Amino acid sequence: MLFELDRVSASRGGARVLHDVSLALPEGATCIAGGSGSGKSTLLRLLNRLADPDAGGIAYRGRSLASLDVLELRREVALVPQLPALLGGTVADNVRFGPSLVGREVDVARMLELAGLPPEFADRAAERLSVGEQQRVMLARALALEPRVLLLDEPTSALDERSRGRVEETLTDLRRRLDISYVLVTHDLGQAERLSDRVVRLEAGRVVGEASGGRPPGSAPAPDDHSVRADARASAAPPTGVAADEGGG
Amino acid sequence: MSRAPDITLLEVVAALGLVAVATAVSLWQRMRLEGDIAIAVVRSFLQLTAVGFVIQVIFRERGLALVVVLIAVMAVFGAFTARRRAPAVPRAFLPLLIALGLAGAATLVLVVALGIFPPTPQYLVPVGGMVVGNSMTAAAVALNRLGDDVAASAREVEATLALGATASQAVRPIVRRSLRSGVIPLIDSTKTTGVIFFPGTMVGMLVAGAAPFAAVRLQLILLYVLLGSVAIASVTAVVLAQRTFVTPAHQLREAPATA
Repeated sequence: MLFELDRVSASRGGARVLHDVSLALPEGATCIAGGSGSGKSTLLRLLNRLADPDAGGIAYRGRSLASLDVLELRREVALVPQLPALLGGTVADNVRFGPSLVGREVDVARMLELAGLPPEFADRAAERLSVGEQQRVMLARALALEPRVLLLDEPTSALDERSRGRVEETLTDLRRRLDISYVLVTHDLGQAERLSDRVVRLEAGRVVGEASGGRPPGSAPAPDDHSVRADARASAAPPTGVAADEGGG
Repeated sequence: MSRAPDITLLEVVAALGLVAVATAVSLWQRMRLEGDIAIAVVRSFLQLTAVGFVIQVIFRERGLALVVVLIAVMAVFGAFTARRRAPAVPRAFLPLLIALGLAGAATLVLVVALGIFPPTPQYLVPVGGMVVGNSMTAAAVALNRLGDDVAASAREVEATLALGATASQAVRPIVRRSLRSGVIPLIDSTKTTGVIFFPGTMVGMLVAGAAPFAAVRLQLILLYVLLGSVAIASVTAVVLAQRTFVTPAHQLREAPATA
């Protein structure tokens, strides 16, 4: 099992946002879906120890997170935050940063290509990119760590519909080429269905539904995922445009 | 050098005429600073008179123990004052106290060890007072910037931590900016000294009848000494205070705004 959460409770900003959550996340692609304030982003932050739970335990591949070297964990389980937060300098500087911390070189052009950016972007100033481009650079610099798991926090929430579709294609392509597991947080149940093998629904910090058999893009709906599709129908279409769900999760 | 002029209380009272000008401007422009001006005048009178008696005793005793006590008391009050200027830094008092104490001690030891001043209260008390005062201002500015920048850059810091950076690597750009904020004002005033303004020690010596070059040389020594002490205070305060923002597990204590 990739991650196992055992009766995890967690707070943020002084308020309890996860209540007694027990959950098993297998290898492959899992989506954590839920509305604003459901605790999904907080859950994601617990998985690479950007935060620790108030109570309960979390295991990664059978080992307690607390027993692992936190810096090695973060290189192996790389998180891409909801909003771009690049370092100053060029795109290449950003992509090289993580590997440089452990004295490793990286093929910047390949990382950009994996993230759906042309190699000419390497020399561009990071702060002059569009939000969508910055989001892809965030993905590229996470991939430069050669992670086994990607944690993706609303990777398309700041993007318009067209860019969102392209990022989804990139993620699907990545999974196929790199055999990488990911846990993706989204408020968009349609996206959860498109991108994952398994969907976990959170509401007000509690798990309210789990469904396996999410279908990859282009395939027919799985016959046994009625609950997810019912939820998807009930969910209003997410707003498009910049930072549609900044307060989410 | 001629004998230092004997300043009478009447002359001090006459200087209040300029305070009256400041009060008039405050009233005219409705700045509502009349109360603060009055408090500043009274406090400065009482504090300087009291410290005048204390220094008189220290000079008479000629021992260094009282010098150490005086500098320590100034460091405590300095840390307390600077803490209020950096409200975004949790538990800032201790880092500031250590910073001011270290800056004062290291600077005084160095000026004696380098043969700049003899180890007597007449030199160490005024120099120590200047060191603590300037260090307090610089450390407060640096910590204020640190607190504001950590809050404003929480997203960037967490994104860097998520790449496997240590906490000190993640806050390094903020630390660098904070240190520059603390030290740059003194560097700027050192650059412009003698052109835009005359520094206090030189003015005091000239008024007291010292030869101009003697006043200049003493002022230069103090400016150079202060550059070192301000750097010591700023780096100590910032390096110690940055730890209050992170956990041993390289996590940012204050979470970014998104939930």
